[in-house]
Amino acid sequence: MSLDDLYQEIILDHYRSPRNRSGDLDPHDVHVHHSNPLCGDELDLRLRVQDGTVGAVAYDGDGCSISMASASAMTEAVAGRKLSDADDLAEAFRLMMHGEGVKREDDLLDGVAFQGVAKFPVRVKCALLGWMALKDALQTYSEGEAEHRVTYD
Amino acid sequence: MLDVERVRKDFPLLERQVHGRRLVYLDSAATSQKPQSVLDAMTRYYETTNANVHRGVHALAEEATEAYESARNTVARFVCADPRGVVFTKNATEAFNLLAYSWARTRLGEGDILLSTQMEHHANLVPWQLVQPETGFDLRYVPMTAGGLLDLDEFDAVVATGRVKLFTVTAMSNVVGTINPVRELAAKVRAANRDAVVVVDGAQSVPHLGTDMVDLDADFLCFSGHKMLGPTGIGVLAGRPDLLEAMPPFLGGGEMISNVTLEGTTYNEIPYKFEAGTPPIAEAVGLAAAVDYLSGLGMDAVRAHEVELLQTCIPALEAVEGVTVHGPTDPARRGAAVSFAIEGLHPHDIGTIMDREGVAVRAGHHCAKPLVRTLGSAATTRASFYLYNTTDEIQALVDAIEATKNFFKV
Repeated sequence: MSLDDLYQEIILDHYRSPRNRSGDLDPHDVHVHHSNPLCGDELDLRLRVQDGTVGAVAYDGDGCSISMASASAMTEAVAGRKLSDADDLAEAFRLMMHGEGVKREDDLLDGVAFQGVAKFPVRVKCALLGWMALKDALQTYSEGEAEHRVTYD
Repeated sequence: MLDVERVRKDFPLLERQVHGRRLVYLDSAATSQKPQSVLDAMTRYYETTNANVHRGVHALAEEATEAYESARNTVARFVCADPRGVVFTKNATEAFNLLAYSWARTRLGEGDILLSTQMEHHANLVPWQLVQPETGFDLRYVPMTAGGLLDLDEFDAVVATGRVKLFTVTAMSNVVGTINPVRELAAKVRAANRDAVVVVDGAQSVPHLGTDMVDLDADFLCFSGHKMLGPTGIGVLAGRPDLLEAMPPFLGGGEMISNVTLEGTTYNEIPYKFEAGTPPIAEAVGLAAAVDYLSGLGMDAVRAHEVELLQTCIPALEAVEGVTVHGPTDPARRGAAVSFAIEGLHPHDIGTIMDREGVAVRAGHHCAKPLVRTLGSAATTRASFYLYNTTDEIQALVDAIEATKNFFKV
């Protein structure tokens, strides 16, 4: 395993030129804040629901290149998807990061580039941060709530 | 002067390679490597002496007890403490918890101030927070300036209330390296309230600076074995015997008792009252060997070596474009834990790339989140040096920083 597995050009590109990175999304239906005290990463995710689909999604935060690039790639992969479908895609990403095979490869778009991160166990959490925030935002929305904060141990 | 090449030969782990490169170990503030003499002392103990302490009447039990108590004396001498006041704990964290439960919980109440600082490791924050709700004392913190020093005006203002009953402070920051003027601070606290108790976190200072509890004017001193060349699993609470005698036990069980009936128990004398259960015997033997190793070199020589490293390291880091060194830049005012930032790069990425270059540094909040937030970030990269590090390794650090910058093209 080499550094190139971890930091593919696609990942560095999302890090240097983030997509949908913004500290606000007006209007939005749900806002979640996730933090990973181990690395000190912080992530805000805002989601607008439109006709049962992901109408718009924006993230902002402070974290390593893997966590921020993964969140960036996630926003592109889930835009326009039905909420249940976006949740399913997040699960596919999670399984991929835990080395349990790659499902929905075409739908993950640039998210597939994070496969190599699975070989660096201490960095898997970083890649998952944005996707887990998305899952949480969908769950929070389904419960009729608009705000949720999560801290990982 | 310390002969670093000779010192390095005593540390077998420093021989190893990481990712095909020679290891450059710059994470001693997290844990230090161990000299052969420590490893040998522990092995020898298990091979020749192993028995439980303080109870058996057979020869091995007597020898184990002698080894364990002799280790206590060695450690006590190293920090100029009364051996009766030297309690072996699991680590420095447990020493703070002991103080929180047995001293703060029983001695503090509403109207009293427990004064800590924003510079502290979580070990010197969370235990006090845990006992605060049931006692109702005021938990206050001396802020840290952006330059990594304690805000002494704020300190004076809180102390002037005369309500500070416990003051706890690190002698040396594990993140920004700052050496605090503990003796002066203690004097001010005592002048405002002569019953105040002063607790010092020596986890970073005891391994790196000659330490004298009397000179520090500390009532309690907490430190860890594994950061000072000793094994994990042992820490020290060194305290004033009269204070320890008046405190209730922390953990209950064997060893800490004098007599037990089903109706109640009378407790053993100090320090045994605070050492419930079988203590870390081999670890105590290892810690004593570590103290002997440090004493053999002389703590003045250890400190001088680290000052020399800092004199090279800080200007070398500051000369790299985009690098900011946190904390004091004057080696006389700081220890060898050096946190820095690289503009545009996250510490976690820096740590990963450096690891591939064979350079082991720490990335994160270093268990001191309130401090790190003051520096304006959630995390820092920290290179921490010890007696076995060389100026060549500072160059390796600088090269690794350049490699990281090149990799991310910043």
